[in-house]
Amino acid sequence: MKSQDFTYAVSRIRMKETKLLSRKDIERLISQNDYQSVLRTLAELDFGGDNNSDADDILLAEQNKLWSLMAELVEDMSVFDIFRFQNDYHNLKVCVKSVYSNTSPDSMFVSGGTIDAKDLYEKVKNRDYKELPELLGDTAAKSFDILLKTGDGQLCDAVIDNASLKAVALFAAQSQDEVIKDYAELYVDSANIKIAVRGSKLNKSYEFFRKSMAASENLNIELLARSAVKGFDEICSYLATTKYKDAVEYIKTSMSAFEKWCDDLLISGMKKQKSEPFTIGPLIAYILAKQNEIKVVRLILIAKLNSLDDAKINERIREMYV
Amino acid sequence: MELGLFLALLGAALATFMAGIGSSIGVGKAGVAAAGVLAEEPSLFSKVLILMLLPATQGIYGLLVAFLILQGVGIIGGGAGEISNLEGLLYLAASLPIAASGLFSAIHQGKCSVAGIHTVAKKPDTMGKSLIIPAMVETYAILALLISILAINGIGSLGL
Repeated sequence: MKSQDFTYAVSRIRMKETKLLSRKDIERLISQNDYQSVLRTLAELDFGGDNNSDADDILLAEQNKLWSLMAELVEDMSVFDIFRFQNDYHNLKVCVKSVYSNTSPDSMFVSGGTIDAKDLYEKVKNRDYKELPELLGDTAAKSFDILLKTGDGQLCDAVIDNASLKAVALFAAQSQDEVIKDYAELYVDSANIKIAVRGSKLNKSYEFFRKSMAASENLNIELLARSAVKGFDEICSYLATTKYKDAVEYIKTSMSAFEKWCDDLLISGMKKQKSEPFTIGPLIAYILAKQNEIKVVRLILIAKLNSLDDAKINERIREMYV
Repeated sequence: MELGLFLALLGAALATFMAGIGSSIGVGKAGVAAAGVLAEEPSLFSKVLILMLLPATQGIYGLLVAFLILQGVGIIGGGAGEISNLEGLLYLAASLPIAASGLFSAIHQGKCSVAGIHTVAKKPDTMGKSLIIPAMVETYAILALLISILAINGIGSLGL
């Protein structure tokens, strides 16, 4: 990774942080009576784009604002590849399935990957993986073969998800930044735990777990996979012996409680970046804070659309960065 | 005479350029941070300008010491007399505190100013507190300036 000076970028981020939604703003959104008043309040808070009439447009506008800001702030966007890879692998799933089923992929692509989604589609269609990054190319070939031979979309997804986790872990291993390593560690570990819990409910095989889980320093995936085959209680007993023992009670409650626990852990870990003036840390923390904010606003919008209780919304609200 | 004068001049040069390098790095760093904040909030200009200029003082201290040396040996004001090798060396030694302390304190003060600018960006009300923290680093440049001035004045009264 090229060394860059982030002093200017961090200075602008410090100003941008003052405009992130605070806990008070979130409470104000929750206290609105209906979906339309939430949209109006979001417009007052300068959240979203020019057209604040639709939830998807607002959230997409915020995502686009985030990434165009980052493109202004750094010379080389490859420092954010840890986030961009996830979009590449999502697009790969879309490509492989579209080519297999001979359907149009356009509406399902996400922007913000390291490779243009349409280029990727052409390459998968022509089975021409030479110009793709090694891991992405190998995964494209492997997942397409699996789909052709077995027609099993879930297994194909599992292979691609696993490669996505490996790409994140590999990027973090090559990075010098603690904040990237911390993020990748929690990202990979929480994905492994989710695979174990969800897979055990569906009675998945040991091979499935091993194919889906990615190596991690904190979790022995061999043991986690064996526990997952035995059942949910075994997963909890294994996790109680690891760094994630505090997560067990949340996993027992529900997967969404566990996801909230992971998000809160990530955001609270990022808060130390508020006093870091020179490194990429505050930028990564801002990206995560913004994504967290988008997640929370989406949750409130969906809840209001479905007339959910304020108490139920509050249960799911994440800790905010500011 | 020539070597003595050269050593004294070397002292004046060291005081100017080392403290000057420190200040330019420090102000440069703080300037980058100030530009970042102003890109988002131009109304903070006066506040960030003060913080940005804090590391500039070391360069001025270096200039002052160089000026005193040049005056001491008679290059400024005329009447450059006999400067023995020992006297030249003493002027060189007298320039070192501000040269070294100016270089390092300005760089570190610049970093501190960047952090201060970030604090002001988030909380403009904390301007006073944000100013005091990098100003602490200034203490060591002032101590060095004091010793350099006392030493230069002392050389003149040695009667060498």
